[in-house]
Amino acid sequence: MNLIVARLIAQRLALGLLLLFAVSILIFVGTMMLPGDVAQAILGQSATDQAVANLRAELGLNDPAWMRYLDWLGGILTGDLGTSLSNGQSIADSLLGRAGNTFFLAFWTALIAVPMAILLGLLAVRYQNRWPDRVISGATLTTISLPDFFIGYLLIYFVAVKLGWFPSVSTVYDGMPFVERMRAIALPAFTLTLIILAHMMRMTRAAILNVMQSAYIETAELKGLGGLKIIWRHAFPNSVAPVINVVMINLAFLVVGVVVIEVIFVYPGMGQYLIDHVAKRDVPVVQACGLIFATVYIGLNLIADVVSILSNPRLRHPK
Amino acid sequence: MADQLLEIADLRIGATVYPPGEKPRDVTLVDGVSLTLEKGKVLGLIGESGAGKSTIGLSAAGYGRGGVRITGGTITVNGEDILANGQSGLRRLRGKTVCYVAQSAAAAFNPAHRLMDQVVEATLAHGVLDRASAEARAVELFAKLGLPDPEHFGQRYPHQVSGGQLQRAMTAMALCSEPDLIIFDEPTTALDVTTQIDVLAAIKDAIHDTGVGALYITHDLAVVAQVADHILVLRNGEAVEYGPTRDIIEQPKEDYTRALVSVRSIDHHARQPESQPLLDVDAVSARYSADLPPVLNQVSVQLSAGQTLAVVGESGSGKSTLARCITGLLPIESGDIRFAGQSLPKALKSRDKETLRQLQMVYQMADVAMNPRHTVATIIGRPLTFYFGLKGAARRKRVLELLDAIELGPEYYDRYPAELSGGQKQRVCIARALAAEPKLIICDEVTSALDPLVADGILKLLLRLQESAGVAYLFITHDLATVRAISDSIAVMLQGEVVRYGTHEQVLTAPFDDYTDLLLRSVPQMKLGWLEEAIDGRKMTGQDQ
Repeated sequence: MNLIVARLIAQRLALGLLLLFAVSILIFVGTMMLPGDVAQAILGQSATDQAVANLRAELGLNDPAWMRYLDWLGGILTGDLGTSLSNGQSIADSLLGRAGNTFFLAFWTALIAVPMAILLGLLAVRYQNRWPDRVISGATLTTISLPDFFIGYLLIYFVAVKLGWFPSVSTVYDGMPFVERMRAIALPAFTLTLIILAHMMRMTRAAILNVMQSAYIETAELKGLGGLKIIWRHAFPNSVAPVINVVMINLAFLVVGVVVIEVIFVYPGMGQYLIDHVAKRDVPVVQACGLIFATVYIGLNLIADVVSILSNPRLRHPK
Repeated sequence: MADQLLEIADLRIGATVYPPGEKPRDVTLVDGVSLTLEKGKVLGLIGESGAGKSTIGLSAAGYGRGGVRITGGTITVNGEDILANGQSGLRRLRGKTVCYVAQSAAAAFNPAHRLMDQVVEATLAHGVLDRASAEARAVELFAKLGLPDPEHFGQRYPHQVSGGQLQRAMTAMALCSEPDLIIFDEPTTALDVTTQIDVLAAIKDAIHDTGVGALYITHDLAVVAQVADHILVLRNGEAVEYGPTRDIIEQPKEDYTRALVSVRSIDHHARQPESQPLLDVDAVSARYSADLPPVLNQVSVQLSAGQTLAVVGESGSGKSTLARCITGLLPIESGDIRFAGQSLPKALKSRDKETLRQLQMVYQMADVAMNPRHTVATIIGRPLTFYFGLKGAARRKRVLELLDAIELGPEYYDRYPAELSGGQKQRVCIARALAAEPKLIICDEVTSALDPLVADGILKLLLRLQESAGVAYLFITHDLATVRAISDSIAVMLQGEVVRYGTHEQVLTAPFDDYTDLLLRSVPQMKLGWLEEAIDGRKMTGQDQ
């Protein structure tokens, strides 16, 4: 670790925090601009004006916006995400389990999908324009072209209903044994893998092919090295930066974009939780979920930036 | 035949080209070339770009760049047909029996790995030595090739060492697996002239000490004369002349070889500067950023109307920066630049159209200095419309006149840059500069990317245009032969300062300062034994550390 790298990383971190701060304002302002009055929504159409006014005062809705924002932000910084309007429970408590489920599914999916995508990308380059490349490209293109719910239902029909290998409904509960839990998420994880594989694999292939034009690849060939060794040792290290960016965007998708899959497999993740509360006009929950999604997105892209910086030998080892 | 290392018989190499909008067709790159190389000897392959010298060189490793493939003939290394055992046979050959040293070592080393790992890679992959002995041998080679701190040199990454050092490291890499044959592909062409001489001497010693056989590919006959035992002259993929180095240099038989040997025969009489200079650069300093040291330090030069000032120096000497300051691309920090008696505004955007018109530029890379989607007519015609408002038939007439001036016929009017050769592209760039009818043209390394014979044609054209149009040239180059050929006055630059400045005669007449002496001694001369003389006679060591 040297000064230049440390400074660059510190810069990225500071930028990430600033961005997160800006996003928090956006989320707050955005939810404020939603039509309708929260107090009215909670009490219903039949409430008296007096009751609505009282509730507004109780919820602090009469304070100026910036004060409410600071209250909200202060709460978040101390771990208090607020109280759900629809059921009066602490959001942090109910969100914790949901977020845990979402991350559990995302983690195992990523663990399969990322190495598989990179491996397939390497193979596609090794056998460029020959049948392995065509099969890999064709298959991944097919899975990305089909709608995700369709793949989900196909898998449920064949793997769960016909073959009976895995449950079609991914029910998980606290204290569930690990193996059972893995069985439960097998189908959604497999579906998600098929969805994100193509993007990452194609980026890996394109990035490596780009590097394969370099003079140092010719040097490696003239050393008599084998095809896969050249790709793995000489081409891949120089194409990490574009690949890692696409990988991180896909990982972010695994956390913030999986609502449909959660619904299909009835998986108790964050996406479903968010959708439920949007329908109920539960603004604090929407705000909290929005902020978590933004944090995940910014955090993963930050990691991509840092890895890109670290993958550059010119920055790691300055003159 | 036992001592025959390489034998190429009736070699044919072809490729399929895919011209846009046309059917793919096969082209022949090398047509029936034969050569032999004895163990421990050096054969020089010489020719201009497109002569097929690199293609033939690489074929000795059974390798074809891109879609290039060997379509006929035999290639025998150590008595074995290298094409007989397919890809796996070639893999066993490459990096073990036949090694390669590329033109640009900076691009040929992988930026992601340490030098040592790359230098010993082939040796380990072929199981020639174990890691410890391979690294010991590499350190030995680093020392033999004159690399600094050989014990720790391998721990560095490619970007941490200079171009000359990388070229030596690449030679060490090729020698590491103790091959029988090394292909040197223009190993010193990309280097500065003072660096070239050191690397050349290091390569020559290494070849001599290890007894390895070598194919030495270059376009510079003076360079190959220093290292080769025999020379094969190539043109358009065919052999022109083959013989011992001495015969080729001293008694060439073919016209083409004679042209190569006698290149740079330009007849030019240097003129004395006039009292009123056209361009007066007065104590100019400039830097790219406030926290960086100045790139130009108190530079003062003058150029008279209709004459040529050559600015000579190595990469990083600040000669191109001087051009950027004069054109206003880089605002100067202090000093003054006067043009035709008037002080030039520092920044480009505060200069009026008339000033811009009188000061034109021609670049090194004619390829990228033209819009590939414009025709020659558009490229040359734009300044005519922009500065003089010429349109329609008048503009067409003037473009045709300019084409005639650069010795290209009217048939080039509708061509695109991609349809022109390197020399023709540079001619179009010159015509574009001339179209503005400038008083001064800045020529930034305009012949560096061209073959010697083509470059000669461009220089002659420039001199002729100077006579007819009375234009002055600020000629930036690292090539002293060019300087000698065309300049009226000369400025030698080193690390942002002018170390020697005066008329052609003053600068090129002894006594010399150390740096100018080094530069002059480093220019390869077309005679045997020049390298040894030059190395012995040096007063000052190179900048390659």
